[in-house]
Formats: sequence, structure tokens, C-alpha cells
Amino acid sequence: MKSRHKKLALIVVVLAGLGIAAALVLNAFQSNLVFFFSPTQVANGEAPIERAFRIGGLVEEGSIQRQSDGLSVHFVVTDTARTIPVIYTGILPDLFKEGKGVVAEGRLGGDGVFTATQVLAKHDENYMPPEAAHAVEQAQKAQQTVVE
Amino acid sequence: MIPELGHFALILALLLALVQSVLPLVGAQRGNRTLMAVARPATQGQFVFVALAFGCLAWSFLANDFSVLNVARNSYSRLPEVYRLTATWGSHEGSLLMWVLILGFWSSAVAIFSRHLPEDMVARVLGIMGLISVGFLAFLLTTSNPFERLVPAAPDGNDLNPLLQDWGMILHPPMLYMGYVGFAVAFAFAIAALLSGKLDAAWARWSRPWTTVAWAFLTLGIVLGSWWAYRELGWGGWWFWDPTENASFMPWIAGTALIHSLAVTEKRGAFKAWTVLLALTAFSLSLLGTFLVRSGVLSSVHAFATDPARGAFILGFLAVVIGGSLVLYAWRAPKMITGGGFSWFSRESLLLANNVILIAALGAVLLGTLYPLFMDAMGLGKISVGPPYFNAVFVPLMAPALFLMGVGPLVRWKEGSLPDAWTRLKWALGVAVVAAVLLPLTLDGFKPWASLGFFLAVWITLAVAVAFRDRLRHGGGSVAHRLGTLPRGFWGMQLAHFGMAVGIAGIAVVANYESERDVRMDVGSYAELAGYTFTFHGASEREGPNYRAARGTLEVTRNGKHVATLHPEKRLYNASGMAMTEAAVHPNLFRDIYVAMGEQLDEQGAWSVRLFHKPFINWLWLGAVFMVVGGFLAASDRRYRIALRRSELPRGLAAQGAGA
Repeated sequence: MKSRHKKLALIVVVLAGLGIAAALVLNAFQSNLVFFFSPTQVANGEAPIERAFRIGGLVEEGSIQRQSDGLSVHFVVTDTARTIPVIYTGILPDLFKEGKGVVAEGRLGGDGVFTATQVLAKHDENYMPPEAAHAVEQAQKAQQTVVE
Repeated sequence: MIPELGHFALILALLLALVQSVLPLVGAQRGNRTLMAVARPATQGQFVFVALAFGCLAWSFLANDFSVLNVARNSYSRLPEVYRLTATWGSHEGSLLMWVLILGFWSSAVAIFSRHLPEDMVARVLGIMGLISVGFLAFLLTTSNPFERLVPAAPDGNDLNPLLQDWGMILHPPMLYMGYVGFAVAFAFAIAALLSGKLDAAWARWSRPWTTVAWAFLTLGIVLGSWWAYRELGWGGWWFWDPTENASFMPWIAGTALIHSLAVTEKRGAFKAWTVLLALTAFSLSLLGTFLVRSGVLSSVHAFATDPARGAFILGFLAVVIGGSLVLYAWRAPKMITGGGFSWFSRESLLLANNVILIAALGAVLLGTLYPLFMDAMGLGKISVGPPYFNAVFVPLMAPALFLMGVGPLVRWKEGSLPDAWTRLKWALGVAVVAAVLLPLTLDGFKPWASLGFFLAVWITLAVAVAFRDRLRHGGGSVAHRLGTLPRGFWGMQLAHFGMAVGIAGIAVVANYESERDVRMDVGSYAELAGYTFTFHGASEREGPNYRAARGTLEVTRNGKHVATLHPEKRLYNASGMAMTEAAVHPNLFRDIYVAMGEQLDEQGAWSVRLFHKPFINWLWLGAVFMVVGGFLAASDRRYRIALRRSELPRGLAAQGAGA
């Protein structure tokens, strides 16, 4: 009898511990998910203003402007349908180029400018970040349906 | 000719793997000794042919045979010879071939070092490993033939990805695979035990050294990967919680739980069913890791869908292995739950707590890694789960486990005494608390997470010291002599735990007190960071074997005294046209100074430069090295070999041998 009680107590303790862990995990999960939006979705006002998110697309040709301090960069991300102006301060990845795919994480300002805290461009000349490819694909699909 | 030879060898290896798996498994089930005896020679033969195939592929790379598609895609005539050799496992096909090669290596090792095991056990273990070989060889031959020809041959290759042209990346995959595949041994032992129904302490003793060695290799592989990312990606980060990293980290967590659970099963005969489940889990996660990284599902779920052959094969294989082993487990394991009881405060209960926490942490990492893939595959939107989630979950979950790590080794099996543990550890606890308060103040201000890290590091270190003191208190002879008589298992465990403490201290400091600056540097200008002055002397052109580089020169001084001259590079690789940042690092025990070139900003030679000061980063690698050495030390413990000598004797003599 006594050992059965002990076993029961042990199981209760373990379950309580796992419950707390699960609550902790799910709570952190909920508040740290980063959603992805394409330039079209941002233009349609689907993106949150107060929360950080990711955008992806192509760096528009001729849009990279270096600021006088040498480290701030303005550029425009496009999914071939809509565009978002982006500001980033810091060193860009090796493969950040005009006409190439890019993913940026940051926040959208009230003025419609996206302030990036992180710019990702992967390490392969022909590789398109999946989010960027997705954004362009969606925009092109949407355009085709309009034409049809 | 040579590539065809390799291809042919691979086909023969597949046939031998079939022989290695089917005949001994049938033999073990029927008690047929002749069939069981096939296991060893078939295993050795399979290994020889896989090694031959691997050698043929390596030869194709070394000889610049660009008529082989794999070589044309991943090598280059002007690639330095050592990288041409390592490019053998730089591609998808080559790395899978290496996976099979390492599986063959482990299988052969089991065949050689298993003379003390019952014949049916050996037959089953080698048979299971043969089945895994069959799966991977079939995968290679049907979807990823490394010897595929390119007609007409390419004039030159596309070059190896510049990121892989580095020592860390040369050694990382073999070590990682030694770990992944090493868990296949633990898996095979577990399945063999389930099949035979003999799940006892002897089983745990047999699989324990194998599992520990696999764990040590996996630790080494992960750390090499981290070290590579730190130096080679130019961002100064050492862990990104990237899915590819998590893919290797999840089997490590399961493996860590497994080696602790095996200890209980070996010493006390408890947790048997649980230990088996962990062995199945650790290898399943190794397969999942291989699948995640190798199927292309991470870079794009859509790429996976457009080239379904590979992904579908691995997914199917994964389903068979995981599903099959779980069904077998559900069928056989309930009959085997027996074992000694233990009190709520005992080494068993503390190790159980360790396991529960590790599995919770594993679940958290699994959720964060797979959920985005799941969402994407279901078309429910694109999300990413970044480091904030993993840090928020992992650190609080692991902290209690790390605290218990100090207590566990000092508590007796079966029935521990809390007052006794308190008496032995109260000073350690007091010192650790004081250190947690004072140490952050010696650095750049008090930070709660750093304080927690210091507490745990000091606590574990002192607990290790207490364990040694307790062990040395008894017995005769000098201290050195008594140290020498301590079993290697004890040394290994304590060294690994101490390594963890060193690593935690390193993480606590570098994560909380590192500093970085992105600066524009004109020629002759200087910038300051963490008390160091960096003067930029411009960049010059340099011609590498297969790249051109802009090579910067920065002089680092502290209080006017010369510290180092660093030469970071920005390289442009000829064949692939890829740009690469080659960081320059000046290390010592207490900090790294790390410099990476951004891009040229104007015609006068100004560059954007990234400067890092990374205090205690090297403690991280040092701690990991201790853990790895600890693992090997523990696996070489005498008692695993003693068991071997006794059972080598014929039955009648065994009793005399034991008595003598």
C-alpha cells in the first residue's frame, strides 16, 4: 500500500513538472513565432504594426542606396507586384545583391518603411530563400488570375 | 572505369547487406548456428565493398574526373588537393555514401569486439545493422547514385561550396555521422533484446560502452560544426538554433538521456523498458536529422515536393524504422518491466528527473523545428521560430537538470539520504551562491542569466571536487596512487560533468558580455571596442589557388601596446563566383578578438568592418573537449573488458577463472 502511494506521488510530481514545462514551452512558442508576409500582403495591410515579422522577395534593381555614414542602406523589396522600402544599418550578407532574393526580419513603421534588424541572403548564387521564392510565386499567380 | 567499379562494389555491398540481415536473423529465431555464423563474415565483406566504393569515389575526385556528375558539380581542377579529397563527402550523394561507410565501420567493430556475447545476440545485432545498411544502400543506388556519369564530360567543375573549404567542415560530417550511426549500435542492441526477450543488466552492460562512444563522437561533431560556423560564417555566432543544427542536437539530447538511463539499467536493473525506448528514440532522431538535412525539406518544402523520390524514400524508411520498432516495443516491452524499487531520493530518482527534463527539452526543440515545416507543408502559412523561443524554453528547462547534475553522483543507489547530501554539499552550495553574486560584478555589471550560469558552473565544479574528496578519503597509499586506482568510468563521468561546467561558464560570459561593432573604416582610421583599439591599414589584392581576395590589415593594440595584426579577407571564388567572408581571429584563453570584412565603401579604400570581442568563447570548445574525452574514458572502463575476458572462457572453466 505504502509503496503504491509513493509511486502515485512520484507520478503526480513528474506529471506536474511536465505540465509546467509544457505551459512554459507553449507560452514561449506563442510569443516568439515570427510570421512571414509578402510585399503584396503588407501593401494590403495584412501585416501587424506592433509585432516583428519577416518579409521576402527580390531586391529591386537600382534600389540600393548607401547612406553617408557608410553603414545604413536603403533598398526596396519587391515580389514583382508590390514593393516595400527597407532600411537596414549594418553589414549585409555576402550574397545580398540587386535582383537577387532576400529575406528581412524587422518591424513596419507608421510611414510604411520596414526597419530591418536582420537581413538574410543564403550562401549559394542560385539559391533563392524559400520565403522570397514563395512571395514572387504568389504575386505572379495573382497577376495571372487578373489577366485571365 | 574506376567509377563503374565503385558502382559495382556498391551493388555487391547491397547484396551482402541482404545476406548479413536475412540469414542471421532467421538463424537466431530458429536457433540455427550455421545461419547465425554468416553474420560476421557478411558484415566484414559488406564493409570492404562499401570502402572500395568510397575509395573509387575519392579517386574520381582526386583525379579530377569531370565525367562523373558528382565530381563536376562539387569539385574544381584548381581546388587544393586536400579539399578535392574532402569534397568526396561534400555533396548529398557523397555524404550518404560516407554514412553507409561509417555504418559498415561500426558493424565491423561490433563483429570484432563481440566475442564475449551470446551467438544469437551477435546475429541479431548484426542482422539489424544489416537491414539499416540495406535501406541506405538501396537509397543510394536508386535515388542518389554518386557515380552517375555526365555525357559529355564537363571541361571543369563547379567548385566545392567555398563554405566547405575549411578544416571544421572537413571533420564535422565524419564525426557527426560517427555519432549518428553509433546510435544504430544501441538501436540494434535494443531491437535484438526485444526480439530475444532477454532484456537484462548484461544487455545494458554490452550496449553501454558503444552508446557512450557514439555520444562522444556526436558531441565532437556538433562542436566542430559550431566552431566552423563561428569562424566561417563571419557573423561571430556559435549557435543559431537553425533547423540543421537542431537536427543534430535532438539525437544528442536523446543520447544524453540514454547514457544516463543505461547507467541505471546496468547497475540496478531498473528503467529497462524506458532505456530501450530511449535507444529507439536516439537512433530515430539520428535518421530524422539525416532526413531533415539531406532531403532538402529544410531549404524548401516545395523542393521536396517537386523531387519526391528522395524525400519519399527517406520518409518511408523513417516510417518503417520508427513505426516497426515502436510496434515491436509495444508488443514485447510490457513483459519486461521489472527491476529494483528505489526511494524518492536516490540516484535512480535523480537520474529519472534528469531523463524527464531532457525529454521535455527534446520535445521543445522538436516542436520548434518541425512546426514551421508542418505549417508550410499544410499550406497554413509561413512562419519561423527563432532563437528567442529556444532560449526562452531551453535555459529554464535545463537549469534544474544542471543543478541536479551536482547532486546525483553523490547520492547512493536505491536509498539516498537527503541530510547526508546536505552535509556534503552545503559548502559547495554556499560558495556557488556567493560566486553567482560576485563573479558578474568582476565583469561588466550584474546580469541575471550570467549569474545563473556562474552559479551552475561553480556548483557543478565543486560537486565534482566533493566527489573526488569522498572517493579519496578511504583506502591506503598516496593520493596519487589512490587517484590512479579510481575506475575510468568515474573519471570519465566527472570529467564530462566538469566539461559541462566549463562550457556553461563560457556560454554565460560570452552570451552576456560579448560586444560587437559594425564600423566604416577609412585607411589609417581606428575604432575602439572593449578596450582594444583597431587601426585599419587598408586592403590589398591577393591571389589564392581558386579565388581572389581583398586582404585587410588591422592592427590591434591595447593601451598602446601591440596585441595582434589581423588579416581578414573577402574572397571571390573563380568557378562559382561566390563571395566569402574569411574572418580573422586572435584567440586566447579569456577572449577572442574577431574581425570580418564587410564591403568596400569607396574608391579611397574605405571598408565596412565588423569587430567582435568574445570573452571566454574558448571555454565553450574546451568544455566540449572535456566532455568528449570523458566519454571515451568512461567507455574504456576496465569492467567492460573484464566481462569480456571471463566469458571468453569455456563454460566449465568460467567458474574456476572467476575463483582464481
